[in-house]
Order: sequence, then structure tokens, then C-alpha cells
Amino acid sequence: MNGLVSTFRIAVEALWVNKMRSFLTMLGIIIGVGAVIAMLAVGEGASRKISQQISTLGSNLLIVLPGSVTSGGIRMGSGTQMTLNMADAEAIEKECPAVEAVSPILNGVAQVVYGNANWSTGVYGAGVSILTIRDLALTSGRPFTEQDIRSAAKVCLIGQTVADNLFGDMDPTGQIVRIKKVPFTVIGLLEPKGQSLMGQDQDDVVYIPITTAQKRIFGTHFAGMVRSIMVKAKSADDLPAAESQVNALLRQRHRIGPKGEADFSVRNLTQMLQVAEQSTKVMTLLLGAIASVSLLVGGIGIMNIMLVSVTERTREIGIRMAVGAKIRDIRFQFLVEALTLSFFGGMIGVMAGVTASWVITALAGWATVITPLSIGLAVGFSGLVGIFFGYYPAYKASLLNPIEALRHE
Amino acid sequence: MLIETRDLRKIYQVGDTVVVALDGVNVAVEKGEFLGVMGPSGSGKSTFMNVVGCLDQPTSGQYLFEGRDVSRLDPDTLAEIRNRKIGFVFQGFNLLPRATAQENVALPLLYSRVPAKERAERAMAALKAVGLEGREHHRPTQLSGGQQQRVAIARALVNDAAIIFADEPTGNLDTRASREIMELFVRLNEEKGITVIVVTHDPDTASFSKRIIRFLDGRIVADDRNGGQGA
Repeated sequence: MNGLVSTFRIAVEALWVNKMRSFLTMLGIIIGVGAVIAMLAVGEGASRKISQQISTLGSNLLIVLPGSVTSGGIRMGSGTQMTLNMADAEAIEKECPAVEAVSPILNGVAQVVYGNANWSTGVYGAGVSILTIRDLALTSGRPFTEQDIRSAAKVCLIGQTVADNLFGDMDPTGQIVRIKKVPFTVIGLLEPKGQSLMGQDQDDVVYIPITTAQKRIFGTHFAGMVRSIMVKAKSADDLPAAESQVNALLRQRHRIGPKGEADFSVRNLTQMLQVAEQSTKVMTLLLGAIASVSLLVGGIGIMNIMLVSVTERTREIGIRMAVGAKIRDIRFQFLVEALTLSFFGGMIGVMAGVTASWVITALAGWATVITPLSIGLAVGFSGLVGIFFGYYPAYKASLLNPIEALRHE
Repeated sequence: MLIETRDLRKIYQVGDTVVVALDGVNVAVEKGEFLGVMGPSGSGKSTFMNVVGCLDQPTSGQYLFEGRDVSRLDPDTLAEIRNRKIGFVFQGFNLLPRATAQENVALPLLYSRVPAKERAERAMAALKAVGLEGREHHRPTQLSGGQQQRVAIARALVNDAAIIFADEPTGNLDTRASREIMELFVRLNEEKGITVIVVTHDPDTASFSKRIIRFLDGRIVADDRNGGQGA
């Protein structure tokens, strides 16, 4: 296609003659493409943030909480009574096939002391598989062993925030801290997880064996009671099955009939976040669609200017036809011109969109993520706009009668 | 026979009035002729040139170009014939204002898909043939009327056209430039054997042709072979 380079050069030259007009026409596309990219970046940023939350929470996670109980006709608030115990947790692990791991939780707030430093933090009594369930990793040290749980060992795993406040830069593993006056050996430091979706510091935490928590820290009236049970399903697909298996098992264990009100509730946190993620995706789509409207308006601008250009250059078209330009040559020339406008507009628009996303992040503090897909989408769409709105003027030009076109002043 | 028309008619409908621009034209032009076409305005001489130059189609009748009936061909096929066989020279030069002389001359080659390098070479050769070497990078506005018309002639020559149609080629030129342009046509006609058809109402311009046909009301009223140059 040796005419392509010449045709492209003719198009650029023709656009260069009316620099201001060409630029203003391109501006419509620049704004359109820029808006699409910036909007998709904002949406993608929000959705990535939620995905990140899901992963810090621990994947495929169910939480079993005590429900409300009715005592002498009075309904108590949810969680006021401890209706779950160690045996429930063990039963879930043994009898629910969709469950991978279970950890009972008994938690509270306690003062942790090291030397002359002290720090108030959430202390969680947990089972051996807590690290697997919450997707936690250790920076240093070792996890809990079966032996630690069985013997109610006075050992703990601490989060980064706790380590920072008690130990500063020192390695905390092997050190002795006191929790409610009971000495604990720090056996591991947890990898930082950052803030949760609600803004909670997930590193401000101390894990101790559940048995130790029951016997030494949060002694309860009834032995073996736990505040909640964390359950990890085998996979995301197994989550609904795990949920119904846990429900059925606990109803049976707590002797609750099919119509009775459960004294526990099973929460699917992952699902809640997935709903949030889904709604962000819908939002992204909506933002993108609104931004595309401005791209469409930009396309109409191209059509307008191309129609003016065809009228202005009628004589040129006549000359080209007289020396042998065919219908498709003329059509191609004007189409290339429209495409050049939309292509350069699209390129500048990508830069504008990237800059806009960067400004949004800098000023509003929103996370923005620019994906190759969003750039491809915006540029591809602007190309389609160029072809669609450039075709009619090009078609009109090609239908000119050479004699009349030559007489045109 | 290069050109042969049989009972050529061209009828325009302008509003309610019907204009008969060509009313049964029979003419034959042989290869290598230098033909002048004269007549008052509205006599049909321009319409004749447009039809014979494959820019327009007749309403009825037959037009044989190089023995081939081209009176019913589609616009693209006509464009191809114009591109390969026919060169046009107009009163208003009709050059692309933003293109250089060389680019203007190379324009027909662009549409016959000649590679860029060859386009430039052939355009240079054509400019040389009309005595414009050294002006190839000038734009039309930087050239005099006579020079612009010579660029137009070079453009007509560049694809080795068999025939050149010139529509009032001296209409926008002074006497001296007019004479130079007409002498260039004569030279091309005599040295290269290119058929030249000059449409004009100016007797001086027409006097360079070897044969003159006169139009009136869409018909040929006279066909003189004056057998040589006048003026």
C-alpha cells in the first residue's frame, strides 16, 4: 500500500493548515478518552482496594458468632451469652466436609507489658490453625504447635504495631512479655497486614493459645466457652456448602428445631466484601459509560469539521478526480483525515487521562489503577468513533461530480 | 481513430427548463491531431470537452475512445481512463495550493499506484520537459501564471497521456505567456505526437491548431482544416 504514506501526509498537512480548528476538534476526543481512562482508573482503584481487603481478611472465611437467646421470655442482645464452646469448634472441623480449618476464638482487651513499656491491645485466644485461617505469615519465629494448645503454653504471636510499641527496633522473638501479670514468651512476629476495610489496625494484635486464654487470661464461668469460631472453607466454591453445613451441625448440637431461632449466626465476610466489590465494578462501568458519552460528542465534532473541510476543499477534490482519483481514493483520504484527528486525539487523551488519574490520587487521595485494558478500550473506542463519524463526510466527498467540483469557488 | 462520437447528446434538467447542451454531435479525431474547439459561451463546447474527456457521461449516443465505447462506463472506470490516457489543462490552472510544483505534477501517479521514488523522478522529468527545472519545490503562489500553467501541462504529461484537453488554457494569461503556452502545446504535439484539443473562444489561441471545429447551440456548425499555424 504505497499510497498510504502519501495519504497520511496529505491528511496531516490538511489538518496542519487549520491548526486551531484541528486542535479544537481533537479536544473533544482528548477529553472523551481522558475521561474514560480517568474514570476507569478510579473505579479499578476502588475495586482493587476491596480485593486487597478480602485477601487481608483471610480468604474463604466464615465467622460463627453467638446469637441472641431468650431467657424467661426476655430476648437478650446478640452475643450477650456465650453459646459456643470448644466442642462446637471440634465438631465443625470433624463433621463438615467443606471445611478446611477451624479455630475457636476467645478474645478481649488486655494490657501487655515489656520492661517499662506497656501497650493495650486486642488479645486473641486461638487454635493452632489460626495462621492458615486468617492468611497470616510470620516475619520471624514459629507458629503455634498442637503441643502449645494442649498444654496451654504461655506463648504468644504478636503483630507489628504491638512489637513497635513494646520493643522498638528490637527483635521481639524469645522475649518475655506480661499479659494480665502472666508471663508469655514471644515465639513469633506476624507480617504486617495494614488497615482493615473499617480502618482497624490489623497489626495491633496478640495471639495466644485458646486454652491459655480460657485458663489464665479470660477465665469464663463455663469451661470451654468461646466468643466466636473462625471457619475456613476448602475453596470459594465451597463457601455456601460450608455455611449450610456449619448451620445444620450447630442447630443439631444446640438442639434447635427447624422452626426454632438459632442461638448463633454464621457470617460470610468474604461474601459481604464480594458484594461490595461487585457494586464497585458496576460503578466503574457506569462511570466509564458516562465518560464515553463525551467521547461520542467528540466524534460528532469530528464529523462537523470534516463536513466543513469537504465543502471547503471541493475544488481540490475536483482536481484529484480529474487526474484519476477513484471514489475509494477520495473516501479513503477523508477517512484517514478523520482517523488522524481521532488517533492523535486518542494519544493525547491517554496522556491526559493518566495525568488526571495521577492528580486525583495526589489531591483526593483515591487509589487509581490504570490498566492496559482501559487504555486499549479508550483508544479503540476513539478509533471507532473516528471511522463512524468520519465515514459520512468521506462518503459525501466521494460522491461529488468532478465537473461541478472543479467549478466550485 | 482516437476519438469518435456518434450522435452524442447531453441534456440537463435545470429546474423546469431542459437544456440541450449537446444536440447530436458526430466528430472523429485522429491520433496526433491538434484540434481547436470554438464557439460562443453556452454553445456546448465545454460540455463536449467534459464528455470527450471522460469527466461526464452523455445522455445518449455513443462515444468511442480508442475504439472502445466508454459512454456507459462507471465513474471509477472513467477515472482510470482519465488517469492513464488523458491530461487536463484548465483556465484557472487548478493546482493544489499547498503542494509544491513537483507534488502537483506527481498527483496522477499517486492514483496509478506508482512508487514514491519513481513518482518524484517522473515528475522531475515532466517539469524539465516544460522548462521548469529548478522550480520543483515552489508552490503555485510562488509561480507566475505562465509557470503555473506549465506545471499543469507537466501534470498532464506525467502519465504519458495520449491526449491533452486544454480548456481556455490562455484565459488567465497575458499575450506573451499565452504565446509561450501555445507554442509548448505545438511542440508537444509535433515532437511527442500527443493529441491536443484546445477549447477556446479566442481566435489567436485557436489559430495554433491545425483543425478547428465550431459549436453553436450544441451542434458542430463548421469543421475547418487550416493545415498549419497562423498568428
